[in-house]
Amino acid sequence: MSKVEMMVNGRKVAGEVEDRTLLVHFLRENLGMTGTHVGCDTSQCGACVVHLDGKAVKSCSMLAAQASGSDVITIEGLAAGGELHPVQAAFKEHHGLQCGFCTPGMIMAAVDMINRHPGGLDEKTVRAELEGNICRCTGYHNIVKAILAASGQMSAGAARAA
Amino acid sequence: MYQTNYHRASSVDDAVKLLKSSDDGKLLAGGMTLIAAMKTRLAAPSDLIDLRHVGELKGISVAGKEVTIAAGTTHAEVAAHGELARACHAICHLASHIGDPHVRHMGTIGGSIANNDPAADYPAGLLALGATIVTNSREIAADDYFTGMFETALEEGEVVTAVKFTAPDQCGYAKFPNPASRYALTGVFVARRGGEVRVAVTGAGDDGVFRATAIEEALAGSFDPSALEGVSVSADDLMSDIHASADYRANLVVVMAKRAVAAAKG
Repeated sequence: MSKVEMMVNGRKVAGEVEDRTLLVHFLRENLGMTGTHVGCDTSQCGACVVHLDGKAVKSCSMLAAQASGSDVITIEGLAAGGELHPVQAAFKEHHGLQCGFCTPGMIMAAVDMINRHPGGLDEKTVRAELEGNICRCTGYHNIVKAILAASGQMSAGAARAA
Repeated sequence: MYQTNYHRASSVDDAVKLLKSSDDGKLLAGGMTLIAAMKTRLAAPSDLIDLRHVGELKGISVAGKEVTIAAGTTHAEVAAHGELARACHAICHLASHIGDPHVRHMGTIGGSIANNDPAADYPAGLLALGATIVTNSREIAADDYFTGMFETALEEGEVVTAVKFTAPDQCGYAKFPNPASRYALTGVFVARRGGEVRVAVTGAGDDGVFRATAIEEALAGSFDPSALEGVSVSADDLMSDIHASADYRANLVVVMAKRAVAAAKG
């Protein structure tokens, strides 16, 4: 057993887990935060993407013990004060989901992608960057539209703030 | 996943100590292969020694043409390194096409070459670049390091700490990714230093990464895709599986070599 401690969405959490516990299971089962999904369990689908110390990672492919001491952001941590994050709002506006199962991972991947491309994104880049996220409904078209819209909005916001 | 015992190493020496005191321990770098293998019970180490927090395993240094990449450097860090891109763009290009963005945030160059997956990208890059693999006890030439499918020259308790190479005059990498896994169905890295050309192939060999001497000889005469017209590679030692036959891969080796040379000439 390992004692793990980490910041999750700005809150300090701790738990005693088996060493083999995956980060995604720690989030879902120990913390009850079920927004992060397990889709394929083979590291391919990206439904489990969270941010670890500011970078998108697959929480089904790392142990909770590996993440101990880190800062984790999940889909539950994006909306501030009841207001949707711009990427969440864009997914709603552009109907970037069908069944919704892949959506938490898609949104976490999109936020990471936009953070890494502060100058903006084009469609080709978005599609290439979505390599690690699978939508079984094949709803990519509106997902790409939503990410492009959010990217434009967030880049414009950053430019205004500068 | 079977039970395991997690340890976090504070230094390379500490990692070696933990590894030696474990029953059947394994070093954990980014874990992008090992954790997946443990989940499917293809691997069941008694102990995991996590190298991700070892400071001495981080970082890239570029001094003129001399490049050193510490083993714990992630694919994302290699892909995005401006100075490295100026010295040897192809290695950044290679890193930027491994897996997906999330995998590249965790996976490391040391982990990749310690595993030596027959379809991994880095083995082709390092073999073609004539790189040196640095461990906690010695330096190993890439020619001697990659000994076969999932096999390396590493001894028990030996830890890869860095790779180093001299940037060539020109180099390029082209891969035909498996449409499902994005591993290389065939990937070819070419590097030219003066009149010497080294060409390494991943994804296609029956026993892991190898040098394509017929292509090297053709390109030594003229470093141009047109030099490979009519050049063929024997399918004898190539892999056949559900994804592609050995003949198909033999053809891909030449096609990818042409594209890699075109990329090298930019």
